[in-house]
Amino acid sequence: MSWSRELARARAVAWKDLTTELRTKANFNAVVFLAGLILLLFGFALGPDTEALRAAGAGILWLTVLFSGVLAFNRSYQVELENGALETLLLYPGERWPLFLGKLAANLVFVLLVEAIVVPLTAVLYHLPLLEPFPGLAGVLLLGTFGFVTLGTFYAAMASRLRAREVLLPLLLFPMMVPVLLASVEATAAILAGDPMGDAASWVRLLAVFDVIFLVATLFAFNHVIEA
Amino acid sequence: MPERALELCGLGRRFGHRWVLKSVTLEVSAGEVVALMGRNGSGKTTLLRIVATALKPSSGTGAVYGRDLVREADAVREHLGMLGHSPGLYDELTAWENLAFSVRMWGGAVERDALAGALEWAGLGAHRDERVRGFSAGMRRRLALARLYLRRPRLLLLDEPYASFDAEGIERLNAFVRELAGSGTAVLLATHDLARARAVIDRVVEIQGGRLVDAGASHGGAGMGDEAQGAVAEVRGG
Repeated sequence: MSWSRELARARAVAWKDLTTELRTKANFNAVVFLAGLILLLFGFALGPDTEALRAAGAGILWLTVLFSGVLAFNRSYQVELENGALETLLLYPGERWPLFLGKLAANLVFVLLVEAIVVPLTAVLYHLPLLEPFPGLAGVLLLGTFGFVTLGTFYAAMASRLRAREVLLPLLLFPMMVPVLLASVEATAAILAGDPMGDAASWVRLLAVFDVIFLVATLFAFNHVIEA
Repeated sequence: MPERALELCGLGRRFGHRWVLKSVTLEVSAGEVVALMGRNGSGKTTLLRIVATALKPSSGTGAVYGRDLVREADAVREHLGMLGHSPGLYDELTAWENLAFSVRMWGGAVERDALAGALEWAGLGAHRDERVRGFSAGMRRRLALARLYLRRPRLLLLDEPYASFDAEGIERLNAFVRELAGSGTAVLLATHDLARARAVIDRVVEIQGGRLVDAGASHGGAGMGDEAQGAVAEVRGG
C-alpha cells in the first residue's frame, strides 16, 4: 500500500475517534472534572503559601495532565472493544501503524484541549505567570504532551485486551513516563521562572529527543502489541 | 478447474494446554459455499478467526488464494470479508459514516452513490443519518452486511449469520451469498441453522472435538452428526 493511502487510513481513524468523542463529550467532561479536582486537592495539600504554590506549579500541572490523561487513553480503546470493532479494524488490509498514528493524533488533540482548560486554571490557582512566558510554555506543552500521548496510546493498546486494563495502564505507563515528565517539569519550571540559568533549551532538546525515540519505537512495536 | 480459494492443512490451535482445533484440513474452491457445522465450543469461530488472520494457528498451515495466512496476512486480508458475532460498528457514528469509514479503511474513495445503494440494498436507506446507537440488533447486522456488499470480498466468512435477522434479512443474506458465489466468491459459513442455509450451501463439513469429521458431500457424511448427515443428504439431492 502507498504512503498516501496509509495516511488516509490514519486520518480516518483520527476522524472517527474525534467524532465519537465530540458527540458524547462524556470522556472530555470527566477528564476535565478530574483535572480540576486534582489541582484543587494539591492546592489544599500545599496550603495558602503563594511561594510554595508557585514553586510546585510546574510539577503539579504535569502530574494533573498525566493522571487525567490516562482516562482518555483507556477510553480510546474502549470504543474499539464495544461491538467487536477492534477485530473489524484489524481485518482491514494494510499496515498497522496508521491505526496507531490515527489514535495518537486523536488523543493528542483531546489532551491538548484538556490542557487549554487546565493550564489557565493552574495559573490562577498556583499564581503562575502565563502571558509573558506563553510562547516557550506552549512549545514545552506541545513537546511534553506529544511524548506523553505517544506512550499513553501505545500502552493503552497493549493493555486493551487485558481484563484489568484500567489498573494496568498506569502501572505500565507511569514508569516509562519518568524521562518525559522530568524534562517537561524542568523545562516548564525554568520557563515560568524566566529561565535565569538558561537551562530551558537543554531540557527542551532532551524532550524532543525523547519524543522522536518514543514515536519511532512505538510505531515499530505497535504491530506486535495489537495482534492477538 | 475452479481456483483454490482456501486451503488448510493440518491446522491446529490451542489456548493454554487445551487444543480447540486439531489437524484441520479443508479446501474450498472459488464460487463454492461450504457450511461449517459443530456444537457450541467445537471450534467453528476459532477456525473462522484463523482464516480471517485474527488468530494465528498453533500448528499447520493455511492459505487464501495462495497467500499464507501467517506470513502474508496482509495480502490475505485484501481478499477477505467477515460477518462475525459482533457487527464491529461504532455507536456514535451514523449508518452512512460507518460505511464511509469502512471504505476509507479499505483504502478506497467514498462514492456517494455506492454508499447510498448499499444502504438501500440493506433496507436502511431511511436510517442513513441516524446514529447506530439507536439501531436494533437486526439493523446492526444489516449494516454490517451492507459493508460486505460494498466490499465484495473474494472469500466471505460468515459466523452464525442468521442470528438477529428477520425473514426478509435472511432472504437478503441468502441472495447476497448466491450472488457472490455466482461471481466466484468462496463462502465459509458457520451455522447451527442449516434449515436457513440449505438454500445456498454446496457442501457441509462438521467439527467434532476440534477435528474436521468430513470434508465433502461426496460420501454419505459417515461419522458426522445426525443433523449434518441430513444436510449432506439434502445438499447432494439438490
